[in-house]
Amino acid sequence: MDAVAPAAPDRSDTGASSGGTGARGSRHLGDYAGVVPFFVYIGLFLLLPTLIVVVGAFQANDGSPTLSNVESVLTEQAFLAAFGRSIWLSVVTALLGAVLGGLLAWAVASGDPNGRLRPIIVAASGVLAQFGGVMLAFAFLATFGFNGLVTLLLRDSLGVDPQESAGWLYGMNGLAVVYTYFQIPLMLIVFLPAFDALRREWRDASESLGGSSWTYWRHIAGPILAPSFLGALLLLFANALSAYATAAALISQGSPIVPLQISTALTSEVVLGQANVGKALALAMILVVAVVMTLYALIQRRASRWAK
Amino acid sequence: MTATRGSGQTRQRVARAAIILLIGGYLLLPMFAMLDFSTRGPGGSRTLDSFIAIGSNRDLLEGIFNSLATAGLTVMGMLLLLVPTMTWTIVRVPRMRRVVEFLCLLPLAIPAIVLVVGIAPVYRGVTFLFGGSALTLVFIDIILVLPFAYRALDGALRSIDVATLADAGRSLGASWPRVIRQIIVPNIRPGILSASVLAVALVLGEFTISSLLNFDTLQVTINLIGKRDAFISVAVCLAALTFAFVLIYAIAAFGSADQRRRQVAKEDE
Repeated sequence: MDAVAPAAPDRSDTGASSGGTGARGSRHLGDYAGVVPFFVYIGLFLLLPTLIVVVGAFQANDGSPTLSNVESVLTEQAFLAAFGRSIWLSVVTALLGAVLGGLLAWAVASGDPNGRLRPIIVAASGVLAQFGGVMLAFAFLATFGFNGLVTLLLRDSLGVDPQESAGWLYGMNGLAVVYTYFQIPLMLIVFLPAFDALRREWRDASESLGGSSWTYWRHIAGPILAPSFLGALLLLFANALSAYATAAALISQGSPIVPLQISTALTSEVVLGQANVGKALALAMILVVAVVMTLYALIQRRASRWAK
Repeated sequence: MTATRGSGQTRQRVARAAIILLIGGYLLLPMFAMLDFSTRGPGGSRTLDSFIAIGSNRDLLEGIFNSLATAGLTVMGMLLLLVPTMTWTIVRVPRMRRVVEFLCLLPLAIPAIVLVVGIAPVYRGVTFLFGGSALTLVFIDIILVLPFAYRALDGALRSIDVATLADAGRSLGASWPRVIRQIIVPNIRPGILSASVLAVALVLGEFTISSLLNFDTLQVTINLIGKRDAFISVAVCLAALTFAFVLIYAIAAFGSADQRRRQVAKEDE
């Protein structure tokens, strides 16, 4: 299996070029025609919407070019504060998620690879990390909300008033807790392969040369895992920054973070003519996420050197 | 030496168990709380009324239907778009392979909340052509599932020799659609299966775009009903999360069983 997999792309390359040597130009054009439907589809539903956002950010409501949308995003206090909170939320939950998820990944990776627990944890992580949004907000309402399990337990055992013990959930702190909750499983999914790529032999070699557990982590596993960890951290940051559903379901008053600001600008476009400010906000998010994801891709390429 | 190593291993085992219990327990706590919350009856009793109420709530049933139907259409559309394109790039235009990969992974870098801002004008055209049904979400849902579906299909395509298989089929007179349907598809079935499951789970959980385009999908309905009756919403959430978990776990189990079978077959050769 391992021997076949890397060879397959090479074979397909030679197969195509040998087919291409005897071909005319029209045949080449015909070859490219096969991918046209895909490009048309992506163009319509991914590239065109992105273009509409980018162009719209620099247009006034009547379509004339303007910098006022971008200017208001960069100067208005409400938007700047929203960016500040979004970035705070993303940094904090990425760090917490990376550390806790990294620990969990280590615990799962150092266990029996054919054990029963591992596939359960991996599948559950997939569900919680990627399909939760609104549902996780309700899960936390059922846990820490005014009628939540933990809130009622605190009331019944310690006599804590739910009005005091549950209020935090509906603000930024609540968002931070729920976001961390879905960052942990995402970290597990992203980081588990890096742990799996660590070879038993490296540890044995270190030990037979007299290295302690600390030496192994400090000089071998640490440096190998570092790029993957950094990459995962970036991915988690982008994930928190883009998340919308949880916040929409949990926050009922105001729009403290950027995704909520965008949706407010979008839904109130008729009243205030603010739709293009929403586009400028969206453009700012694209820029931040694009930088982060590019760094992620570069780091990932470096990290994958050890995965071979 | 052996003694220190032995104690080190015991320490490691204790640390492992502690981490899994603590962090795993934290991850399980809200799930358990949902079970508690959704089965609460009058006077501290337990009841399944909230779950039974799902069956008679017309808004919810409509949301569930919309989401399931959209999920089905998304799976079909995603496979129709990706399998022929990816096969074709491998066999005929390998140069385009990186481009297709880049475009498929691009939605990871464009948040849904951003995409929905730009998609609204496009959807005016979609509504004009196909009507205002929630099922038209399929067009944008296909984009959202691309990164996940691409990775699953790419893994499967890499494990077989697509070029040789396609050449063999073509030289025996099969048309391209037939090569894809009868040669490629049966050989990448595990990849197709996991791409489909991921797509279904993603569509069932999608909220951002459907809510801002005003379509009544499962998540939109859950959120709306939750404002009035949190109990039934929590019940639906628990059911949906469990459903997604069972689907994904089953696919993973199926995949590893398939891999073992292939390995055994290889050793027999």
